[in-house]
This record gives sequence, C-alpha cells and structure tokens, in this order.
Amino acid sequence: MIKRIRNRLSSNSFLIIITIILFLLMYIAGVIVFKQKNFGNLQVFLNLFISNAGLIVAAVGMTVVLISGGIDISVGSVVAMTCMLLAWMMENKGVNAIVAIILVLIVGVVFGLIQGWLISYLKIQPFIVTLAGMFFARGMTAVISVDMITIKNETFLAMAKSKIYLPFGGTVNKRGVLIQPYIYPSVIICLLVLLVLFFVMKYTKFGRSIYAVGGNEQSALLMGLNVRRTKLKVYVLNGFLAALAGFVFCLNTTGGFVEQAKGFEMEAIAAAVIGGTLLTGGVGNVIGSLFGVLIKGTIETFITFQGTLSSWWTKIVIAALLCFFIILQSIFMNVKWRKKKRG
Amino acid sequence: MRHITKTFPGVKALSNVDFTLRAGEIHALMGENGAGKSTLIKVLTGVEEMETGEIYLEGIDHPIINRSPQEAQAIGISTVYQEINLCPNLSVAENIYIGREPKKFGRIDWKTMNKKSSELLKNLNIMIDVTKPLSNFSVAIQQMVAIARAVDISSKVLILDEPTSSLDEQEVEKLFFVMRKLKESGIGIIFVTHFLEQVYKISDRITVLRNGCLVGEYETEKLPSVELVELMIGKEIEDLAKLSKEENDEENNEKKEIVIDAKGLGHTGTIHPFDLKIHKGEVIGLSGLLGSGRSELARAIYGADKPDQGELYFKEKKLQINTPLDALKSGMAYLPENRKEEGIIEDLSVRENIIIALQARRGMFKVISRKEQEEFADKFIDLLQIKTSSRDVPVKQLSGGNQQKVILGRWLLTNPDFLILDEPTRGIDVGTKTEIQKLVLKFSEEGKTILFISSEIDEMLRVCNKIAVLRDRKKVSELKGDQLSQSNIMKAIAGGDTKDE
Amino acid sequence: MNKMKELWKRVTGFSLLFPLVCLVIVLVVNLIKTPDFFKISMNNGVLYGYVIDILNRSSELIILAVGMTLVVAASGGTDISVGAVSAVAGAVCIYSLIGGASSSVYRIPYVLAIVLGILAGTACGAFNGFLVAKLHIQPMVATLILFTAGRGMAQVLTQGFILYVRKESFKFLGNFLPGVPIPTPIFIATIVVVLTFLILKKTSLGLYIQSVGVNRKASRLVGLNSSLIIFLAYVFSGFCAGIAGMIITSRVYSIDANNAGLNIELDAILAVAIGGNSLGGGKFSLAGSVIGAITIQALTTSLYAMKVTADQLPVYKAVVVIIIVALQSPIVKRWMKNIKQKLASSRNGKKVEA
Repeated sequence: MIKRIRNRLSSNSFLIIITIILFLLMYIAGVIVFKQKNFGNLQVFLNLFISNAGLIVAAVGMTVVLISGGIDISVGSVVAMTCMLLAWMMENKGVNAIVAIILVLIVGVVFGLIQGWLISYLKIQPFIVTLAGMFFARGMTAVISVDMITIKNETFLAMAKSKIYLPFGGTVNKRGVLIQPYIYPSVIICLLVLLVLFFVMKYTKFGRSIYAVGGNEQSALLMGLNVRRTKLKVYVLNGFLAALAGFVFCLNTTGGFVEQAKGFEMEAIAAAVIGGTLLTGGVGNVIGSLFGVLIKGTIETFITFQGTLSSWWTKIVIAALLCFFIILQSIFMNVKWRKKKRG
Repeated sequence: MRHITKTFPGVKALSNVDFTLRAGEIHALMGENGAGKSTLIKVLTGVEEMETGEIYLEGIDHPIINRSPQEAQAIGISTVYQEINLCPNLSVAENIYIGREPKKFGRIDWKTMNKKSSELLKNLNIMIDVTKPLSNFSVAIQQMVAIARAVDISSKVLILDEPTSSLDEQEVEKLFFVMRKLKESGIGIIFVTHFLEQVYKISDRITVLRNGCLVGEYETEKLPSVELVELMIGKEIEDLAKLSKEENDEENNEKKEIVIDAKGLGHTGTIHPFDLKIHKGEVIGLSGLLGSGRSELARAIYGADKPDQGELYFKEKKLQINTPLDALKSGMAYLPENRKEEGIIEDLSVRENIIIALQARRGMFKVISRKEQEEFADKFIDLLQIKTSSRDVPVKQLSGGNQQKVILGRWLLTNPDFLILDEPTRGIDVGTKTEIQKLVLKFSEEGKTILFISSEIDEMLRVCNKIAVLRDRKKVSELKGDQLSQSNIMKAIAGGDTKDE
Repeated sequence: MNKMKELWKRVTGFSLLFPLVCLVIVLVVNLIKTPDFFKISMNNGVLYGYVIDILNRSSELIILAVGMTLVVAASGGTDISVGAVSAVAGAVCIYSLIGGASSSVYRIPYVLAIVLGILAGTACGAFNGFLVAKLHIQPMVATLILFTAGRGMAQVLTQGFILYVRKESFKFLGNFLPGVPIPTPIFIATIVVVLTFLILKKTSLGLYIQSVGVNRKASRLVGLNSSLIIFLAYVFSGFCAGIAGMIITSRVYSIDANNAGLNIELDAILAVAIGGNSLGGGKFSLAGSVIGAITIQALTTSLYAMKVTADQLPVYKAVVVIIIVALQSPIVKRWMKNIKQKLASSRNGKKVEA
C-alpha cells in the first residue's frame, strides 16, 4: 500500500490530480453552502472564465516560463502598461482599435525580446531582469498617462461586451423568463490560447525542449539542444502572451489606470504553482494552471457570495495555498531525491 | 588516434599519445589522476582541441576533427558520462529521442516514440515503462537509457566514462551484459575506469596512460594485475634525500593508547564498513588506486559524510559526530582532497583562510583579534613558506600549491590531536614536499596522530608506520613494519596474496 | 610614469570607489541644477536643507539596505518582501496602539507597540529564513510569498482604512524629537548601522557570513553552521524591515497598508548593488550599501526636481539596475577582458615598433 502511494508520489502528474480534486471539492462545497443563492447555476461557472480570462492567458504564459526554469514577475506591470497604451492610443490619439491591438502585441514581443536577451545571452538572473522589467513597465504606465483613461471606442467596446449565448443550460429567472447562459469573446480568446499552447507544449520540438532545458540545462546542452535560443523564445512568447493578457484584461475593464493589475503576476504564479508547475522547472502543464485559476476564481466567488468578508481575504487565501503548495513541492522533491539515492 | 598532443597552460596534458580501438572490442583506458584519460576522450569527442596528431575513423579516408560533441555524434562516436546527462523530468522515451523526435503530420508522434524506445531497451534486456519520468528509475537504469540513446544515435564508438562508480554489484553485471551485447553487434567500446576487478572481467585490451604519456597497450589476458598497477603508478623519480624515520616497532605502538578505533564504520554508496585502529603518534597511510575509497574512508571518520553504519571511538570514548564542528572540537582536522571546492574560501584573504577553522572552534564570541590573526598568519606563511605578496590578498590569487599550504596552515593552527591529510602534497614543488613530510614526522614525534593519503607510494613509505590498503571501496589489508615495501603495497592493491605477518 | 600607474591601481582597487563615484556624480548634477544645494539653515530650532532632507529620507532605506546586504552576502539571493513586511510591522504597531480606527488614545504603552511592530517584522524574517535555509527554496520565490500576502495581512488589521494616530508623541520617531535639531530617523539609521557594524566586527559573524556566501561546502567543513547563518540573515532583514516600518508610519503618523514602503525593495536591492556588493553573495561592504542608499535617495530627489512623478520614477531606477547588474554579468566581464587585452596588445605592439 505504501509502495503504491510512493509510486504515485513520484509521478509527475500527482500534483495536478491534487489540484483538480481541490477544485472539485471547493466548487461542490460552494454549491452546497450557497444553494439558495444559485451557486449551482451554469452562469456562475462561466463567470469564472469571464472574470479571469486575462489571468488564464497570463497563467499559461507563466507556466511556460516556469517550466523553462525561469520566472517573469513583470507580467502584471505589462498588463497595466498594455491597457493604458490601448486606452491612450484609441482615446487620445484616435487610433483604430484593430491597429492598436496589433501595436500593443508588438510592444509585448519587443519587451519579451529585451528581457529574453538579457537573460539568455547576458546570463543575468531572470528574477532581477524581470523585477527591473516590472518596475520599468509600471513606471511607463504612469509616463503614458497619470490619469485614468476610459475606452469609448465602439469597435473595442463591441468586442468587449458582445454576449455569446450558449444554446443549453438556460435557467428560468424570477420573472419566468428563460435566460441562456453567456460568455464574452474574451473567453473564446483565452480558451484558444490554452488549446494552442497545450498543443505546442506537448506536440512540438520547441515545447519539449522547454521541458528539457528546465529539467537539466547542462544535460539539454550536451544532448544537442540550443538552450540559449530556447530560452530567448520562451521570453518572447511570454512577452506576447503578457500583452495578449493585457488586451483580454482590458476587454474586461475597458480602461487604463496606473494602479491596475497590481499583484497580477503573483496570481499567475500562484495559479501555475497550484496547478502543479514546479518552481524549480521542468515540470508543469497548462491545463493544471487553468485549474489553478479556476480555484482562485472559486475562492473569490465564495467570498463574494458570503458578502461580509473583505476582498483582501482572497489574496490571503491564495497566498496561503501557494505557500502550502510550495512546501508540498519541496517535500515532493525531497522524496524523489531520497528515492534516487536509495534506488 | 595517433600522436595526440594537447597542452593546457603550464601542463602538458597529453604528449604524443597513440590509441587504437578495434571494432567489436571492449578497450579499457586506465591511468591515475592527471594521467590524461579524460583529456584524451575530450579530444576524441570534440570537447577539446588537440594541438598535434590525427584521428582516423573506420570508413573515413581522411583524418577527422571533431569540433563539438554533436559533430562527434554525427560521425558515430558517443559518450556516456559518469554524471548521467539526461533530463530527469522527461520520460524515458523522450530522453532517448529528444532533439530527434519522430513526427507525424507535423506533430510529435508519441506512440511511435514510445514503441521504438521500448524496443531499444528490450534489446538491452531492460523492460521498463518508457512513459514514466526518468527520475523514477535507479541510477543503473538511467545509465542504460543514456547508453541506449548514445548507441541509437551513433553506432561505431561508445565511450563509457566511469560508468560503474554508482552501481552495486548486480547492476554492474547488468551493465556488462549490455556491453557484451553491444560488442557483438560490432561497436567498439572505450571503458574508462579504475576498478581493477571489472577491467579483468570485461575488457579485451587495456591502454595505460601516465603523466600524459602512453605507457602501453596490452591484451588483458596476458597482463597480470600486479604489473598493471606498477605500470599505472610507476616509480616516481624524486630528487630527495632519504629521510630518517624513528624506528617504531610494533610492540611499542601497541602499548600506546588507541586514538581512533573505527568499528564497522561505513557510509552507503561511498565506503564499505571498515575496522581501523590507530595508535597515538602513528602515521597511518591509506593506499589504493584513485576511486578505491581512500578519501571516503577519511570523510567517514571526520563526519564530512556522516556514516550510517558502525561506531567511532575517539581516545577510547564513543564519539557521535553530527557535524564537522563536533569533530573539530574533539581535536580532529581534515584537509580535503578537493582543494578548490571544499578547501579554499576563494574571495577571503590568506589571513582569513588560515584562522577560520580556529575561529569556528572558538565560537562566535571569542573573536581572534586582528593582531593575533596577523601573528598566526605570519607564523604559517613563514613555516610553510607560503608565497604571497601579503597576508591580505584574496587566496584565489595564489598558485595551487600555495593555496594548499594555506589550508594546511589553517588546520595546523587548530593544534589537532588527529590530523587527516588527503593528498597534502599534490601540486606542491619538490622542496616543499619534503618540508611537509618532515613536519608530518615531527608531529608524530610530538604525539599527534596522522592519517595520510597520497597517490605517491614513495612518499607514504617515507612517513608512515602503517599502511592500510583499499581496493574497490573496501579496506583489504594492513601492512606494517617490515612489510612496508613498494612491491608489497602494489601486490595488495592489485589483489595478489599478501599475508599479514 | 610608474608611480602614476601605482596610484591609479590603488585608487581603482579601493572597494568603495564605485559607490562613491556614483554618489559624487549625482551630487554634482544636483549642484549644477540647484546652486544652493549644500546650504543648511536653521529654522524654528530645526535644521533645513536639501542635504538634510536626503539624509532624512534615506534613513529607512539605509536600514533596509543593511538587512538586504547580509541576506545577499550569505545566500546570494534577495529579500523582496521588505516593503510588505514594513507595512505589516506598521500595521501591527498602530493596531495594537490604537485599535482599528483613527484615534488619539493609546491602548497600550507606546514602547510596547513599537516592540510588537518590530517583533512582527522579525517574525516575517524568520518565516523567510525557514523557507530558504531549511527547505532550500530559492530566496526569490520564498520572499515572493510575503511580497504578495504581506499587504493583505496588514489590510486585515486596518480593515482597508488608513489609520491615523493623532498624538504628538507618535511623530517623534519619524520627524523630530523636541529640542533636537537633527531629524530622528537619521539617529535611528546611524544607530542601526553602527550596531550592525560592531556586531559584525566584534563577533566573527561578519567573517562567517562572507565565508558561507563564498563557499558553503568549505564553510561547513571548517565547522560553520551554514544553515543557521543563512536563517539569521533573513531574520535580521525582517528585523530591519520592522524598524523601517516604525519610521515610515511615524513620518506620516498613520498606516496605509497599500502604500507604506511601496517599491522600497527595488531601492534596497539597488543600494546593495551600487554599494559594490555582488548580488551573487560573498564579500560585502556595509559602508558601500549605506553610500548606495544615500545615492539612490539623492537620485530620487533629483528626478523629482526634474518633475518626474513618483509613479514614473521606477522607470529610471529599472534602467540603472539593469546597467549595474549587466556590468556584473560574467559574459560582459569577459567582453571587457577581451577588449582590455586587445588594447594592451596593440599598445605593446606600438612599443616594440618604437
């Protein structure tokens, strides 16, 4: 029996299983506790995606970076900078919405390129580079505009607010009207990103080389992989995804202001870690990170439904969960390491 | 490989070395530290450039030059290193195929990859689930996976660099099975190792290197082990006056108190349980080939590798050593073999390096005053003739030999009762070697007990009263008094008969 | 000619050279823009002047930089939780002092509240230290937890409000003690620096920290308890963050859990880097970090004078960090070595020809 548990413990998917179980438990608990307030509605579940579409995109990007053995804490600031840039371009400079979106994505790529170059070619620690990146982007947000800018561009608002109704799962509300559950285009985008990156990580050479580099950089080098180029590509990809996350985030907030998305990078990291990504690199799965985000969303919904607790509690619970998972991971690594020694 | 020469700054690593590997043979490459084995391999596989010489490979008319391990792999030469260079987080199948994954419709074909890897491993008699992460499996299996990958990529030459260091006997047998199978399919295997028994079990030919020169190539069957050891160690030509040594007869020693009594002390994975008694004032040497476990034995006594079996009695009292500080406080000192990684604290000054052990023993609050520090440092700079422009330069600026002297000074400062010296004279000029050997004898007269490890048998014969011989991580015999002679030691190392009289 | 070379070598070898040069540059630029930069005047029994202002405001940064220096030296990692931890300390202090709403009545003795605040900071440091030294979690990651959760914990105490302490005596720490012309924070910073310096020199702790930072393995073999030393470094950093929290809250006689100590962690890391300390650990210089902290504060002041807002400030600091860290990168060092060699050989070539 103990041997079976030990075997499970050493499988890489062990952590994801814990995440999924945790999510199911939490959600079911919510349904039971808040039955009166209709926690069990499909819309409540869909709202998890609607409110967190941006986070899902960012978490996916963060997962990839973490798997490669690095980290990127500039994501939150990049999201804020992206939002501000979008708002400023469309409102203050009259730029066409589509053009603005493309431009910010390019900015994201360039940002990722610079960070990636510093990390992979100058070999500066990722933490320091992205810490500087975080402050740089946050500062640039204020440079673009110290005041808040609300987006009034029609194309953009159309993208933001068009409801897409699902053909099933409708509920009858108090007035007897059948209401179909809906989602927004932002949800489609984040799900697309999820699927594409899942494919890339599992079925392309680039994806697998990311796992190899994160697992043992020295070995990857000796096995003939171009470690430097892989790392550079990872940060470029993440820069793009961070900007995309910013765009999706902006679809939600329809405006830019300096304090936006503070702590966002932490939420992305937490989602990835809770979703089974090892901070030491080499292990992780974007699907797990999705569940990490869903867990965060569930906790938030819980607290909203509860009504009396301040929203800060969400952050504390997430931080506690993060702490728990980090410690769990370090025990997991210890078990594996000891098994290898005895092996 | 013909006339290979390679020089590193200050050292001629390889000098005019020839090496021939035949298809379908297992060829052992042997030599002591600094003999040039790893350099030869690195030149062959393209990690290092050679200065002169040519390499010819069957099937290619012109001499080949490999500029990188990838190029070497491409023409058929692969290496499996001691530290398994695979990614533990990836599955077994992936480790075998990474960088060259089979594809279908533009995406990686996992099914084919898994199937092919399974087959590859089956050929080597390994049945495992290739979809599980590599880290799930023992080191021995991981090594097989590394070999499977290497052989799948390049099918002419396989180099195994110290593959058996972390394997137990069963696993070594499995490895040999694999090696024989590969041999049958025509691959030439270069087997780099120091385990004598294994060389005799599996290899067809042996090439011996010493000090960067080729000693010779021999057929294994026709080379007695004693001769092999002689060839590897050789007779060092030392221009030294013979040192006089107090004639300590056995009985005298037995009457003296026992300082160290190790009963069944062992550390899993590095040294088999051993018994060792050392008397006060004795200088006991540990002899054996590189990798035989000499340093590991010393580390088990000092607590650098905390032993998991057996007991240690120090000055007749049972001693439980949990941290090096315990050993230090009891009066032990340990000069490690790996000076760079475990010896010098490179950015700190010479003075600081010298006083640090004494400071650690005194504790945080009893600070050694700057004046005292300077006195201590000067004392040992003089005593050991340490060449340094001042006592405050960072120790990394000193030459290797002088760094060694600094560390020696550090431990001498603690005035230990029991001093472990692991290769104390390696890399030190001849004149100072004598100084240190004289010091060792002086300490012995003063009643200090010393454990002395050296690869130079001459040196050990000069200073030691008793020599314990190790082979393949086991203590195999002890020699004292009249038995102490070059040939007896060689015999003991090689595994010939040596009777303790 | 040779004597000049000798002198040049000695000057460039001086370890405090880099931070001093940076400070001088910033001061000179300021002097050019503001001619009476160094003027100090006495008004209402209190000293005024740009220089006083810089020293005053850099006090909490100096204290944090001292803690950060030891953390970097011992473990090669950075503690990015210091800003959040100072907010926690401030919140604990004020909450225990006046409860959950602004007030002018003390519930417990003032000194006790200060002690509690500093203890809270120290406890946070111990948490970080445990994760890094015992669980071997990377320092960046371990301190990231408090970086996120810290302000949330402070918010729990303040309930999202800014709590004001409306009693004169509370302002003393962050402003002026009655009758003393020099701002109090300068005193506190001086005391912390001097005490730390004494402890490091009078015990062998300074030597131990450097040893562990340079070579953890060798340090263990000579009898040092590497884990304990690393743990203590983080505890100390938390302690410093606690003290900084006291100064910060006293300055504005309130606690704003969102903004207290905001972004100060980057400044602290920057101070350590400018001070000539390697962010990879090992030898360290307290004096360097102190000079670095003052330099940064002077830089901030200059930027404010150039009409840069507080929100935009981080852009410039980020660029400076990258430049300094890039200079420390091994690849860049190799480039510079190659360039030096090429210059030397061309100079030699010329000599031979002549």
